[in-house]
Amino acid sequence: MSATILFTIISLSAIGATAAIILYFVAQKFKVYEDPRIDQVEEILPAANCGGCGYPGCRGFAEALVKADDLSPFFCPVGGNETMAKAADILGKAVEAKDPLVAVIRCSGSPIHRTRVNKYDGASSCAISSSLYSGETGCQYGCLGLGDCVDVCDFDAIYMDEETGLPVVIDDKCTACGACVKACPNIIIELRKKNKKDRKIFVSCVNKDKGGVAKKACAVACIGCGKCVKVCPYDAITLENFLAYIDPNKCKLCRKCVIECPTSAILEINFPERKAKEETADEDSKTQVKETNARPAGEKENDIK
Amino acid sequence: MLKTFPKGGVHPAESKYSANSVIEILPLPKTVSIPISQHIGAPSKAIVAKGDKVRVGDKIAESTGFVSTNIHSSVSGTVVKVDDVLDSTGYKRPCVIIDVEGDEWNENIDRSTDLKKEISLTDKEIINKINESGIVGLGGATFPSHVKLSVPDGKKIDVLIINGVECEPYLTSDHRLMLEKAEEMLVGIQILMKALSVNLALIGIENNKPDAIAHLQDLVKSYPGIEVHALKVQYPQGGEKQLIKALINREVPSGGLPLNVGAVVHNVGTAFAVYEAVQKNKPLFERVVTLTGISVKKPSNFMVRIGTPVIDLVEAAGGLPEDTGKIINGGPMMGKSINSLEVPVVKGTSGILIMPVEKSARKKESGCIRCAKCVSVCPQGLEPYLLNRLAQLEKNDKLETGGVMDCIECGSCAYTCPAGLPLLDYIRLGKSRVSKIIRTRKQ
Repeated sequence: MSATILFTIISLSAIGATAAIILYFVAQKFKVYEDPRIDQVEEILPAANCGGCGYPGCRGFAEALVKADDLSPFFCPVGGNETMAKAADILGKAVEAKDPLVAVIRCSGSPIHRTRVNKYDGASSCAISSSLYSGETGCQYGCLGLGDCVDVCDFDAIYMDEETGLPVVIDDKCTACGACVKACPNIIIELRKKNKKDRKIFVSCVNKDKGGVAKKACAVACIGCGKCVKVCPYDAITLENFLAYIDPNKCKLCRKCVIECPTSAILEINFPERKAKEETADEDSKTQVKETNARPAGEKENDIK
Repeated sequence: MLKTFPKGGVHPAESKYSANSVIEILPLPKTVSIPISQHIGAPSKAIVAKGDKVRVGDKIAESTGFVSTNIHSSVSGTVVKVDDVLDSTGYKRPCVIIDVEGDEWNENIDRSTDLKKEISLTDKEIINKINESGIVGLGGATFPSHVKLSVPDGKKIDVLIINGVECEPYLTSDHRLMLEKAEEMLVGIQILMKALSVNLALIGIENNKPDAIAHLQDLVKSYPGIEVHALKVQYPQGGEKQLIKALINREVPSGGLPLNVGAVVHNVGTAFAVYEAVQKNKPLFERVVTLTGISVKKPSNFMVRIGTPVIDLVEAAGGLPEDTGKIINGGPMMGKSINSLEVPVVKGTSGILIMPVEKSARKKESGCIRCAKCVSVCPQGLEPYLLNRLAQLEKNDKLETGGVMDCIECGSCAYTCPAGLPLLDYIRLGKSRVSKIIRTRKQ
């Protein structure tokens, strides 16, 4: 009996040892060299695997970083400058700090401003609704309100405001991964610079119709009057297809255009409330400030916040 | 035993209320908005501008490629503007807007009503004439007809199939046309046969139109090569793949066209338009449109000029019923709701269906119970429940291998689903994504 056990142990050990030797040489022969820095870089990435960098997950991004000679086209929107600096440290390469971005919703067409002219009862998806027709309102460019952007957000940074029927971005949670920008069939969402104190000025409209048509469909539509273009001291505003666009890189947040806009299509977010004799950072704007008393600045903020 | 296609299919209530209404000529509208792109393919280009005077049948937009077509004015009057107007796609599209003044026709159009049987043109001339006259498939797909007639070298067509199935419930425009314009249509079929150089044409008609079948069977005796076949009533028999299978038992391969199996399919309405274009020199600027619905006072069939607003038809049929829930451009299965009564009638408008509120609402959605009813009704042998889920998850590669591109969008799956799932909506979304990927792959 004991001989059988002994024989078993010896034979199994022999097979094991032989296999180990074979495997050792095979492993040496077919060894795949992997840069250890990939693991190091992956370690410091946020592991959100959101794809916001354009690569399939954080591992893919780490591999791309290690391979690249120049890090300037790469950016991890979740980790931001801090993470990029750490990665650059590991790789011994230089990286420039980029302005952090945040998603903004460029539509203020709540039911008060934009009357519903028909009722959609199809599948609850913006992509499907937009493939069928122009939406429940007279504006074929604006928010469809079915929440495709909310569905794709991995960070719970967008929710639908039940009152306005529009999505709202929570600035602190938004990582600017761009998933919502891709999901929105009407391309309403844009990634814009996250300025100091999250202050933002942007045209909250994407309507390319002529002024009269746009205004009829929505009270807060950009009518392409061009007043903001004229008043802007920094040439930051361009007008194309009856739609104004504020270049975030040129805008100095002077708020002159906000006052000028006849339809309140330009929004100012996270600014202190205007006072009669408020001193703004920009000297040139003093003359305009007097008019602000008449403007219901608070009301506009309520629309989006 | 009547012929039909073997796989899947449904049989919704036929509800052909307007089957006995003779085609009426709708009075001229005050203004028309003629979309300059009414077909599948490259959009046409407007060649008129504000202030131009046009006559009935004058060309107002021209074809911009092989798969494209001309658009002709349906009225005489002055062009007010070329502007974006809400059309049946649900979006604003460029339209030529014309104020109607009188009814002056282009002098080349033969307005006499006598039947002209003699076909004097050669096959090439016929195809050119059809191209010039802006004829597209009038069954609803609006694919330019001259493209279907231009058979590529090396392909052999041996049979022309004429689609008189009209499998969509409610619609009767093809039915009335077969009864009232049968002789013209048969000459049109002969013209198409000559263009394709085939000796056999089969007309497929569903058995719920016995009067049309009897009438045509009587007439075809003097038209050699044309046969009339009665088919079992089954939706979607009007799909060309299904009709080919039903009539000549050939199966169009996945991703293929009817000409892969030696057949070309044209609608009866197209055959009639071909007759008018070739024999009477009349371009396509009017068509038969059914206006129907359960609560419509006078379900009718109208001969309508292209560009007429839908409201004119609704008023001619006794006004908009109070319980209107949805107004559908097309039939209840494949048609699409329109969101304004100002939407113009286009070449592809075969009917306007007014559905009451209680019938128009979608079923309440619940979860898929894996009953596989959608699989059993799919005429293309697909698995709609699976494609639906894959489309929701954006699994485009699996959608493609699952055959999403073979879907004919008939809607039988969504019609039959006991859980009320919007199967077709998601499948169509997946199909458009996959077709985009396929297109980029080809480039």
